[in-house]
Amino acid sequence: MPEIHRKLERTAIGFALAIIAVSSIGGLVEIAPLFTIDETVEKVEDMRVYTPLELAGRNIYMREGCYACHSQMIRTLRDEVERYGPYSLAVESQYDHPMLWGSKRTGPDLARVGGKYSDEWHVAHLADPRAVVPESKMPAYAWLQRNALRTHDLSAHLVALRRVGVPYSDEMVENAARDAFGQAFPDGAMAEGVAERYGDDTNIRAFDGDPGRLTEMDALVAYLQILGQLTDAPHQKEAGEQLVQAEEAE
Amino acid sequence: MRLIAGLTTTERQTGLFLAGLVTLMGAALGIAGRNDLLGYHGLLIVVFGAVIMIALLRNLDAPEPEESRLSEYYDDPIRFGIVLTMVWAVFAMFIGVWVSALLAWPELTFDAAWASFGRLRPVHTTGVIFGFGGNALIATSLHVVQRTSRARLPDQVSPWFVLLGYNLFCLLAVTGYFLGITQSKEYAEPEWYADIWLVIIWVTYFVLYIRTLARRKEPHIYVANWYFMAFILVVAVLHIINNLAVPVSFGSAKAYSAFSGVQDAMTQWWYGHNAVAFFLTAGFLGMMYYYLPKRAERPIYSYRLSIISFWGITFLYLWAGSHHLHYTALPHWVQTLGMTFSIVLLVPSWASAGNALLTLNGAWHKVRDDATLRFMMVAAVFYGLTTFEGSFLAIRAVNSLSHYTDWTVGHVHAGALGWVAMITFGALYTLTPSLWKRERMYSNSLVEVHFWCAVIGTFIYVFAMWNSGIIQGLMWRTYNDSGTLTYSFIESLVAMHPYYIARTVGGLFFLTGAVVGTYNILMTIRHEPRPLRERAETLGADQPLVPGE
Ligand code: HEC
Ligand code: HEM
Repeated sequence: MPEIHRKLERTAIGFALAIIAVSSIGGLVEIAPLFTIDETVEKVEDMRVYTPLELAGRNIYMREGCYACHSQMIRTLRDEVERYGPYSLAVESQYDHPMLWGSKRTGPDLARVGGKYSDEWHVAHLADPRAVVPESKMPAYAWLQRNALRTHDLSAHLVALRRVGVPYSDEMVENAARDAFGQAFPDGAMAEGVAERYGDDTNIRAFDGDPGRLTEMDALVAYLQILGQLTDAPHQKEAGEQLVQAEEAE
Repeated sequence: MRLIAGLTTTERQTGLFLAGLVTLMGAALGIAGRNDLLGYHGLLIVVFGAVIMIALLRNLDAPEPEESRLSEYYDDPIRFGIVLTMVWAVFAMFIGVWVSALLAWPELTFDAAWASFGRLRPVHTTGVIFGFGGNALIATSLHVVQRTSRARLPDQVSPWFVLLGYNLFCLLAVTGYFLGITQSKEYAEPEWYADIWLVIIWVTYFVLYIRTLARRKEPHIYVANWYFMAFILVVAVLHIINNLAVPVSFGSAKAYSAFSGVQDAMTQWWYGHNAVAFFLTAGFLGMMYYYLPKRAERPIYSYRLSIISFWGITFLYLWAGSHHLHYTALPHWVQTLGMTFSIVLLVPSWASAGNALLTLNGAWHKVRDDATLRFMMVAAVFYGLTTFEGSFLAIRAVNSLSHYTDWTVGHVHAGALGWVAMITFGALYTLTPSLWKRERMYSNSLVEVHFWCAVIGTFIYVFAMWNSGIIQGLMWRTYNDSGTLTYSFIESLVAMHPYYIARTVGGLFFLTGAVVGTYNILMTIRHEPRPLRERAETLGADQPLVPGE
């Protein structure tokens, strides 16, 4: 072997090609099939896309680095299912470009936090976590309430997402900015369209408690309240069945 | 400026042209993105380009450099790179200490968005990995490739383009997080325009490397260069694929990743794990394979072991990324492959660590007396320990406890502080006196002080995180007699507090060491040269250390 290798060491280009060849095998075998094997992502009927307001909230979640302390991936382990709820399915992050599964839990998992608390709780908690949970290590995000939400380019965001495969309709794209307002102004004229386009179950509320103004807080709370609610699929299995599967996986 | 005086007039003009191009590019981004955060980055690029243009213009008609330079190595960019390395080290480790303090005392953010934990944390990770680690790799790789090929770099512009362009990338990345620009992919947070820029830099880097190798007067390519090549090539492939994305518009900093959900998770951790493997491991192994034998004045212990470990690492690592996704929605078969390959990976990893330590056999008295060599010895030991721990953590059952906890952070820093930073300091203390033609560092006692700060800091950090991680993991899964979970999440959080304080103390030790090291390096540079005993570094004076030749 050393003799063959000595030959290889005489050619820089040959060596470089050998590195490329040897290093690409692992990725090809593990990643390529994930795009072709059908069972990788479950097929469910009721999976919906994010509304423009929730999407804007998701972008704030990324901007503030919430993912650095919070996971959104409940593993198939008994204690996780009991602590956080049904384990996460692949389909739940099907429209997440990129995914926010996270890798560190300085704070609790948020995959099922939607509906767990009231909007008021979230607003108070984000503005001053230690006023709500005295032991908390979470930073305060008071500026979210002060910042008006940018909506003028939301249509372009939906178009970009459509290019990478999220099924936004033309109507959704056209009305993106309107829908962002509508979702946070339940009594306004723009609210109706939101339910029409995204379904009757869509939360339409003044999330930050102030219907007069569309803020970043509105968007972030709208996003937190939809976490785990985009599809019913994870809840279809009985809790008992989940635990058995979790234990088998262990 | 002496650095510019080393360039020929044509080279200065080429540099001016390139800097002008960068400035224009920045202006275009700035104008397109004037209503977006992108505008700030346009401005930053313009300022960066303009500063370089002004520096070049002011020295455009300095006298031509002497012809004799062509018979020596070209080390100016390497010297500059060493200084940049230390600047990034101090900055990014300072942020590390701050981030760490935030977990103990969360109010240290002053209600300022830019100073909140979620924005500072990627400033720390990018600053240490790409700022500190990347500059160290570029500087040492350009030094090693010239010495082991006995060839001068092929031109004087492209090394500067690589070094300065790379630092522009780092600046865009770090300022972006402060501003709120991030695509949130761990270790790949910069947005699309910065990513495209890095591709340009990286291709130039590779071409520069290959061109230097092509000029070599040695028939064989020395081991260290294999690793540097693997580092450059594989990082290029990882970077391009993981960052595929569709921008919202030319005037928007934001882009949406081409991948989603489970495919994105797998791509991301294939990238993330191999950023560790090829940036933080292969590159630094390249460093080790040159500076450790050099300093110990002994040839590498075994050529065969070098071959086995090199190809083992190059092949196996790319399979291991899925161990970051145990028990998740990733298909089971991929998790199992990831676990299996991660365990096998221990073989080539220990082959490298063993090769390094056995090289020191017969030079242990030097390890005792010379803190620089001791830095490298400790680095090799930590490399061995961390890879062992890594294989262990990749086992599904262990991972069910360790994942999401501080144990991972402890593991990362055993590698980051113990291996990456220590081998770098060892290499820099070897390199600095020789590049500035000094007999030794300004102060050997300060090297000694740095060494002990670094060792103490690392131990405190790693032990604190082992403790907190394991306690956290156990608390999350403890059941009481009635079959319900014993501890609330908040109780586990409260239990972490003392360890977060301890970690901050450990970090302060490590940071202090880095500050001392920076001072020592700067003083070595500034001090009047005490002429080096007849060891002029002309081409060919420096023999590569390959046994059996
Ligand atoms: C420094 C780490 C950290 C960061 C960054 C962070 N959090 Fe938290 N978060 C925590 C901790 C610790 C808790 C648990 C204590 C508490 O409830 O405040 C928590 C709790 C929460 C909860 C309540 C979860 C539950 O089930 O009780 C929500 C919701 C939340 N965070 C949202 C966010 C959002 C949104 C962001 C980003 C804007 C964020 N967090 C950023 C640490 C963090
Ligand atoms: C002064 C020394 C350092 C201190 C105090 C420090 C501190 C920290 C802290 C507090 C975190 C966040 C952990 C968390 O979220 O709980 C972190 C993360 C990280 N640091 Fe450091 N760090 C230091 C040096 C380094 C160095 C030298 C490197 C690499 C060369 C490094 C690489 C990383 C990485 C990769 C992460 C992310 C870990 C993960 O996601 O699991 N750090 N560091």
